[in-house]
This record gives sequence, structure tokens and C-alpha cells, in this order.
Amino acid sequence: MDAFFSAAWDVMSSDSTYLNTALFAAFLAFAASGEWVAERAGTLNISVEGMLLAGAFTSAVGFDITGSIAIGMASGLVGGLVIAGIQAEMSHRLAADQFVVGLTLNILVFGLAGFLDNEIQPETKLAHRFDIPLLSDLPLIGQALFGQRWPFYILYVLLPFTWWLVFRTRWGLELRAAGENPQSADVSGINVNRRRRQSIYYAGFTAGLGGGFLILAQIGQFEDSHVGGRGFIAIAAVIFGGWTLRGTIAGCVLFAFALASRLSIQGLGYDVNSELLQSAPFVVTILGMAIFAHRVRPPASLAQPFVRGLK
Amino acid sequence: MTAPFATQTSQARAGEWFVLYGLSVLGALLLSALLVEATDGDWRPVVNALLDGSVRGKGRWGETLGAAGPLLIVALGTVISGRAGLVNIGQEGQLFVGAAFATYLGFVIGGPGPLNVVLILFFGATGGALWAGIAALLRYWRGVPEVLSTLLLVTVGAQLVAYGLRYDWLLLAPEGDRGNRNQVSEQLADDNRLPRPDLFGNEFPITVYIAISLAVVVSIVMARSVWGFRIRMLGRNPRVAQVSGVSGTHYGATALMLSGGFAGLAGACMLTGGAFAFGNYQLVPGFSANIGWTGLLVALVAREKALIAIPIAFVFAGLRTGSSFVGSTGVEGRVTDVIQGLLVLALLVPPAVMFFRDRHRARVAAMGRV
Repeated sequence: MDAFFSAAWDVMSSDSTYLNTALFAAFLAFAASGEWVAERAGTLNISVEGMLLAGAFTSAVGFDITGSIAIGMASGLVGGLVIAGIQAEMSHRLAADQFVVGLTLNILVFGLAGFLDNEIQPETKLAHRFDIPLLSDLPLIGQALFGQRWPFYILYVLLPFTWWLVFRTRWGLELRAAGENPQSADVSGINVNRRRRQSIYYAGFTAGLGGGFLILAQIGQFEDSHVGGRGFIAIAAVIFGGWTLRGTIAGCVLFAFALASRLSIQGLGYDVNSELLQSAPFVVTILGMAIFAHRVRPPASLAQPFVRGLK
Repeated sequence: MTAPFATQTSQARAGEWFVLYGLSVLGALLLSALLVEATDGDWRPVVNALLDGSVRGKGRWGETLGAAGPLLIVALGTVISGRAGLVNIGQEGQLFVGAAFATYLGFVIGGPGPLNVVLILFFGATGGALWAGIAALLRYWRGVPEVLSTLLLVTVGAQLVAYGLRYDWLLLAPEGDRGNRNQVSEQLADDNRLPRPDLFGNEFPITVYIAISLAVVVSIVMARSVWGFRIRMLGRNPRVAQVSGVSGTHYGATALMLSGGFAGLAGACMLTGGAFAFGNYQLVPGFSANIGWTGLLVALVAREKALIAIPIAFVFAGLRTGSSFVGSTGVEGRVTDVIQGLLVLALLVPPAVMFFRDRHRARVAAMGRV
């Protein structure tokens, strides 16, 4: 037990834990914030994994061609939005099953990224670090939150913007209505499927940024295995957060901490079972759902397609 | 789907379906060919390699059938839960857990050969059903949507099996039998494997026969039995089902667990049948090899019809077995993932287009009457 506490203390007091947690959490938060919007509008968007990978790949290619981090980040949007476009148009215009489309897109993007990576082999490097004065000198969390590479700071704009968009605009209200009760929304003149498509495009937008962040601010080299199921962890974070943005971000931070502490624990020379830690986000989410099932509920028509006149 | 209208003969309708499917599949293939050409490849050798690898080559269609068997079994389970109105998207995990269950109990019991094979298959199905049972329990006891729980349980299952493969009191093989691998289970003994009879120079495990007979059984049960009728009623309209005395909890949980059981059975079949790329009669991390995800796609592309799933499983299996030959043409073998993805997307388009055309026709017909 002593060993456990000293390990926990070492992990809690090491700067690298906080740095890694912030990096992992940021990547998850990029993906999860858009996924949250899509789920509030009623789509369980499992192609977020594919969006992240596509965004990562296009941003790597964009950077390889132009040598500019900013253009690399922007071209990450292209990948995310293209996948979002296919998901949105297939599932909410053609009324195809959203899971078939999502699963297929994940397989498709994984194959395509591997195939094209082999052909193009984009070269990338990391964005420069940018310390925010004063704040970055805070102990423990200073470097983690305010001493990162600059694409990290996009998140500080993106998250409040996402909240504002969903809770303080008419568009956001209509979007939530489409996710809760599409029949009523439709009757009151809201184009349900259009709102749902737009929400998926927003998910593609943030996931594209997330892909760019992964390549240009976290890893620095594209490989098709780098996303490695973290799109699903982002989905778990949204569910864990009970479909609130605050909870979603808390989920991202918690799961990122689990991932980061795995690295730190091993780095500090302790032995830990990585399988159990890797499944922790999912187990915690399932337990959370089971325990709080009566207080937290998903958007009422989550994952149910809307076709006017069919119910 | 909406009923055909009097203005349209059934031949014209069948023709329309045919043209729509033809066009979209052609479009998907054209896109794939364009992709290969755009990266300085040549599409003709790729097609040849795909055909050689999946059906034309010596003994290759046996391989393809061997891969199609588990796919079909997974798809059949999905058909049952899908008809009950439940969205099970966790077959990948259920399959893996089923295979692990089968491995563990197969070695613990270790009975005489043929009997043990049957037991292994049974335990595989039990393991899958129990894993899906967690989702069923959460669904009907705590109200957690099964879509979410089955999806989340996929990773948990995979990690749990990988955990088991670390300890020799669970799944890991004893020291001497591991070879140079870290996480591997003991290999099934010769008399614990499914027979692989030879048919016209092609060898495949009898999984294929099991799968096809199960497809026939599922199709008949769903269409012709009281139980199947109740399941379909539950899926179509839960309120009607409830009023007519069909317990959503009872039938829904049964359907979900059956679905997981089929996936687990598929896992046990992969273990004991040892077909294409399914390891060497032993369990390793990543053993499930996307068969669960692909099987789910098979069921959804077949629009939850058991018999239609048979040819579709074969096509998807062919893309799998063919991909190993594509590499020799100098084009990355992963291109088959792309082809498969594009094909699935293409197969989704015709039903959607038909739906909107029918709706348009209905609207026009209604306008005529007013």
C-alpha cells in the first residue's frame, strides 16, 4: 500500500504528468466538443474517429506542401469536413443508417490514410512553443495550460464558442430541439435534418482541428495508428459528461489523466497493468451511466433517424 | 419500404432496383480504380489480384468461404437484435470475449476431442451472450441505451482478453509453448479442431455449413414462428407489442443476448476452424481482426435479411482474402479497405433513392385523387 501511495504522490507531483494530461485532454476535447454538438442534435456520430484521422492526414499533407503550421491546421479542416460531409449527407439526407455510414467511414479512412501515407509520406514538424507571460510560471499546471505549442490555445476560444453556439443562439436552440423531439421541432418549422447535418459539419470542423493539433502540436509525424481509438474515448467522454459541455470536458481531462499517468508511472519505474488502465475510461463511463441513469439522460432522440411522417 | 404503386409493374420496379444498384456499385468501383490510377498504379492487375486471391487461385475460394463463415454468423445475430429494434454495435467485443471464454473453458475441461469441440463452440456462444447480457442488464435495469453500452464494451472486452493473455492461470500458454511471443494462448490440440473437409481442391472448415444452416434457421424462425413474429412486432412498434402481451424486457433481452451469442459462436468458430488469418488455433491480442465490425456491416447492408446476408458475407470475405494478393502488384493492400468502404456506401444509396422516389410517386398519386 505504501508503494501505491508513493507512486501516486510521484505521479501527482511530476510536471510531465500535467503536461501530458493537458496534451491528451486537448486532443480529446477537440474531438469531444464537436461530438457533443452532434449528439445534442441527435446523431451518435461514430465517424469521429475517421474525422480525426482524416484531419490529421490532410493537415500533415498541407504542412508538407506549404511548410506553414497555420495552413497545416487549416487543411486539417478539409479532412474533417469531407468525412463530416459524407456522414451528414448519407445519414441525414439519404436517411441511411448512421452506424453503417460511421463504421464504414472509419474503415474507409483508415484504409485510405494508410494507402495514401504510403504514397505521399508527408514530412511534418511541430509548431513552436508559446509561453503566455506570468501564467506559464504557475507551479505544476502553469506549463501544462499556458506553455504549450500554439495550436493548443485554439481550444480556449473553441470551447466557449461551442457553448455559446449551442446555448445562446437560435441555431443552437433549434439544434437541441432536433435532438430532443424532432417531431415537434419539425412542426414548429425547424428543418430537423438540416440542423443535424450542420451539427455533424461542426463535429467535422472541430475533429479536423483536433487532427491538425495531433500532428502539428503533439506528435510531429503522421502515422495511421496514432488516433488509435481515441475517437471512441471522445464519445465516451461525451456520454460520461451526461451530454453537458462541462461534463464532457471533465471527462476528457479525467481520461487524459488516466492515459498520462500510465506514461508517468512507467517512466518513474513502477509497474502497472496497461490493459486495465486503457479500458478504464470505458468502464468508468459505463458505471457512470448505470449509476446516474435516472438523473442523466441522453438527448431523447439520440441515434434515431428523422423522416417526416414516419414514427 | 413503401408498397409499390399500381402505376408501376413489378418488373419495372425490379428493373429500377437493378439499374440503381448497378450504377452505384459501378460508381464505387470506378472511384476505386481512379484512386489506384491517381497514385500511379494500374487498376487491371489489382482487379486480377483481387479475383485470384479471392476465388480464381488454387484453393482460394475455400479460404474465402472460411472467412465468410464467421462473418455470416455475426451478421445473423445482428439480424435478430436488429429485428427486435435493438442496435447492437458491439459484436467485435462479444466475438472476442466469446473466443476467450471458449479458449479458457476448452482447456480447463479438456474432454475427449469431438465432444470438446462442441463444448468449445457452446462456451464461445455463452461468453458472447454474457458479454451482451451486460448491455441487456444495463438496458432493462438501468435504462442505459444499448447502442452506447455495446459500443463502449468493445474496448473493455478487448483489453480484458489482453489482460487475461498476460497470466498463465488465465489464458496465457505455459512457458515452453509460447515460442517468441508474449501474449498467446495454448494451441488447440489436433482433435479439438473443426474438421476441414476438402471440396473440389478447396479446403474450408465446416463452420461454413454451420453458418449457412443457421442462416436458413434464422430466416425461417424470424418469418414463420410465433417467437419471430413477436420479435418483429417488438421492433416495429413496441407499444403494440406491449399491449399484445409481448414483454419488451423479456424478448428484447433475449434478442440482445442471442445476438451476442452468435458473435461469440463466430469467435469460437474462428478459433476451432482456423481459417484465413484467424491465428493458428490459438488466441492472441487482436484475434477478432475486425470480423465483428464487418459482420455488423454485412447485416446492415443485407437490410437485416438472413438469406441475403449469405452472398454479401461472401463478397466481403472475398475482399479480405483478395487483399493479401493485391500487395504483390505494387499497390498497397490496404486499398481493399477503401474498396470495401466505397462499396458499402454505394449499397446504401439505392434503398434511399427508392424510398424518396416512392414517396414522390405517392405524393403525385395523392394529388391526382384530390
